[in-house]
Amino acid sequence: MTKTGKAHETELDRVLDRNRRDRGRLVQILREAQAIEGWIPPETVTAIAQGLGMAIGEVESTLEFYSFFYRRPRGDYVVLFSDNITDRMLGNQAIFEHMARRFGVARGEVSPDGLVSLDFTSCTGLCDQGPAILVNGIAIPKMTLRRADQIHDLIRSKVPVSDWPKDLFEIDHNIRRADMLLGSDFMPGSALKAAIAMGPEAFLTEVKRSNLRGRGGAGFTTGVKWEAAKKAQADERFIVCNADEGEPGTFKDRVLLQFYPERVFEGMALAGFVTGARHGLVYLRGEYLYLLAPLEEKLAELRAGRLLGRAIQGVEGFDFDIEIHMGAGAYICGEETALIESLEGKAGRPRIRPPFPVVCGYRNKPTVVNNVETLCKVTEIALQGGAGYEGFGTKQSTGTKILSVSGDCERPGIYEYPFGVRVGQVLDDCGARSPKAVQISGPAGTCLGIREFGRRIAFEDVPTAGAFMVFGEHRDMFAVAHNFAHFFAHESCGFCTPCRVGTAIQAKIMDKIAAGHATQYEMNELQHLHDVMRTGSHCGLGQTAGGAIADTIGKFRDDYEQKLARKDFEPAFDLDAALARARAVTGRDDADSHMLDHA
Amino acid sequence: MSDYETFLLDGRPVRFERGQTILEAALAAGHYIPNLCHHPEFKPHGSCKLCTIKVNGRYGSACTVKAMPGQEVSSDTPELNGNRRVLLQMLFVEGSHFCPGCEKSGNCALQALAYDLEMLTPHYAHFYPSRPLDASHPDVLIDFNRCIMCELCVRASREVDGKNVFALAGRGVASHVVVNSPSGKLADTDFALTDKAAHICPVGAILPKRVGFAVPIGSRTYDVDAISTLAERRATEEA
Ligand SMILES: Cc1cc2nc3c(=O)[nH]c(=O)nc-3n(C[C@H](O)[C@H](O)[C@H](O)COP(=O)(O)O)c2cc1C
Ligand code: SF4
Ligand code: SF4
Ligand code: FES
Repeated sequence: MTKTGKAHETELDRVLDRNRRDRGRLVQILREAQAIEGWIPPETVTAIAQGLGMAIGEVESTLEFYSFFYRRPRGDYVVLFSDNITDRMLGNQAIFEHMARRFGVARGEVSPDGLVSLDFTSCTGLCDQGPAILVNGIAIPKMTLRRADQIHDLIRSKVPVSDWPKDLFEIDHNIRRADMLLGSDFMPGSALKAAIAMGPEAFLTEVKRSNLRGRGGAGFTTGVKWEAAKKAQADERFIVCNADEGEPGTFKDRVLLQFYPERVFEGMALAGFVTGARHGLVYLRGEYLYLLAPLEEKLAELRAGRLLGRAIQGVEGFDFDIEIHMGAGAYICGEETALIESLEGKAGRPRIRPPFPVVCGYRNKPTVVNNVETLCKVTEIALQGGAGYEGFGTKQSTGTKILSVSGDCERPGIYEYPFGVRVGQVLDDCGARSPKAVQISGPAGTCLGIREFGRRIAFEDVPTAGAFMVFGEHRDMFAVAHNFAHFFAHESCGFCTPCRVGTAIQAKIMDKIAAGHATQYEMNELQHLHDVMRTGSHCGLGQTAGGAIADTIGKFRDDYEQKLARKDFEPAFDLDAALARARAVTGRDDADSHMLDHA
Repeated sequence: MSDYETFLLDGRPVRFERGQTILEAALAAGHYIPNLCHHPEFKPHGSCKLCTIKVNGRYGSACTVKAMPGQEVSSDTPELNGNRRVLLQMLFVEGSHFCPGCEKSGNCALQALAYDLEMLTPHYAHFYPSRPLDASHPDVLIDFNRCIMCELCVRASREVDGKNVFALAGRGVASHVVVNSPSGKLADTDFALTDKAAHICPVGAILPKRVGFAVPIGSRTYDVDAISTLAERRATEEA
């Protein structure tokens, strides 16, 4: 499918023009440029660098950072298997192997005919309907061997993905428990109308009174954040909706974006109304590409209804519009300063804070970064007022929280509860028969064992960005932590030493345990590594990357100890493995060809 | 209030000027805090994390946290130095550092810190990365196997030399410095031996050619004095 040089050039020119030859749009440009041939050849890198007036290394810096950009040819069909622990529990590996066998292609490789490439990818946010895959960027849930065969046949007969049977792509919302947000009707424009009637100052007071705290994880008070951006000296401000939702096991923002987009966008407009920002940006994770077109449609609809654009609802001077940026496979881009770097076309390496984005964010202007759910919540405050909101939840955690429940339970999906709900209650509601553990807020969060199921979901007890992964009594919690260790090693941005190297060492030690070569010594090593990463890392990724391991060692030590070698220590260097090739070549297997330790 | 402000570093008062980071103030006052990616002529970078300290009980990077009156900072403690040793071990195993065969030996900040913090072994299994040498340039050799990703060359070339010869690419352990030319080779850039970036590398990754062993190993900068002693002496001389 390679295009001739000339055709390629024209198409690339079109991509550059469409993006106003703005180097700040480099991530978008690379995404569109890759669509031409399915990968980004060196000439394209050079052409983009020239077209944008950048150094080649700068383009490479961005290009090499994101998992979904390819510097080598890929298959015409790129099939990526979501590899969260929940996908594994649903059997993704067997399906992967089945497909790999049918295509005759190994992991990470392209089939000899260039038709297909197969690989794994980090959690795609379909844990309640996994195992999930992405085919040329588009999500397919509920994979089975049968579906794998169906997809195999479609690919073999070269049917374009856009012509595949629609039912393959059907994604359920699985809303199991609706409360304040998911259960109420919303009339687009009503929240704006209420806020406009109050005026920006009074509305900000309501947001502060509600004590609404960010739903993206850190729990910062939204009103305070908005006020800081409003007060910062600047000629321009930005509102960013964080729709990166990369934390494995989290998928509530996906449901909000798909089924409640007018709430999300109206929340952004409200933030603009209060802070005086005129530009909104949605950072949508690459895995949610299938949401792009419907979201663009919704934006057009809102513009037509004067709920976005110039003089919103007829109020002169209230101008606000929204643009969607796509991510390209990098969990770290959920961290707000890495996200801003990515919005500016760069690799997603977190900035030094302070200054915080509210003072110096996107293009060095005051920028509010809010989670999708937080933005939905502010529409409630506009409609009900801050005081009414206060009554829900707990003292330090007002309102409701949406949980993404997956794993060993009968009814995985979306559950909205007032803050303060006990973990055990959620387990009962989702039909978890015999849970052994729950991982709350994803690999970066907390692992709770049975004795802790009485604890509450709230900032003051067990805080969460939403993930709630249930593990039944038959599960091996070492395997869970092992999966997470590889996730972090894969997703570390590489900027700071403790995380870049620490996550890699951690993953290797976990591999050693899995292979049965580790001893008590490695267990202590893991604890020590966690301390160094937790205290020294530049951002939350490295600071939490050892947490799940520390938790599971503390609470499920047996799952580790079963795998330990009955020795004090086994070296990382494996003499037998190192000699294997030489032995094969020389044909020697006699006792003198090695010094096997039979101890 | 007096006409200057102070914070406490390991119990000793340190004077500072508003706007200084804890590291800048400490170094100026003759108190060494280990650091690798810091350079007085460049903006704080905060990536090596050797300078990790505790400020009022919270961990932070001395090179990025601003000094404030009354802060209680601890740096020279068994815990923090122990963690620093681990960070050094991480850098040693991540790259390939055969010190006896390296022209930078004795002048290398990584090696000097390892001596000063008494790092006795690399401790972790080596990664043995395979990063090709770049010997294309007539005057300068690059061995990226020794690179610690401090980005000083990137910053120096961009900000001082105005050439933008280097960039950091990749992600995670695959992070690596790239040369800004279509071939990826240094010879195809306008890099020159006179560039700031040619002399800023704290380790032996960027080296001038043809100066092997002008000073014998054993008599070089950090062979004679510990890196902390030197930094402290420099401060006294400047004062
Ligand atoms: C490694 C890392 C990943 C993150 N990922 C997300 C994410 O996917 N979505 C999100 O809203 N916040 C994420 N955050 C938190 C953001 O940095 C930020 O706090 C949040 O978007 C602020 O919005 P809120 O105040 O509305 O919660 C992440 C933080 C870290 C450290
Ligand atoms: S902690 Fe990890 S993800 Fe965060 S800056 Fe450091 S290397 Fe990057
Ligand atoms: S080459 Fe040297 S100066 Fe450049 S990043 Fe690597 S260690 Fe730092
Ligand atoms: S000197 Fe502070 S992080 Fe490197």
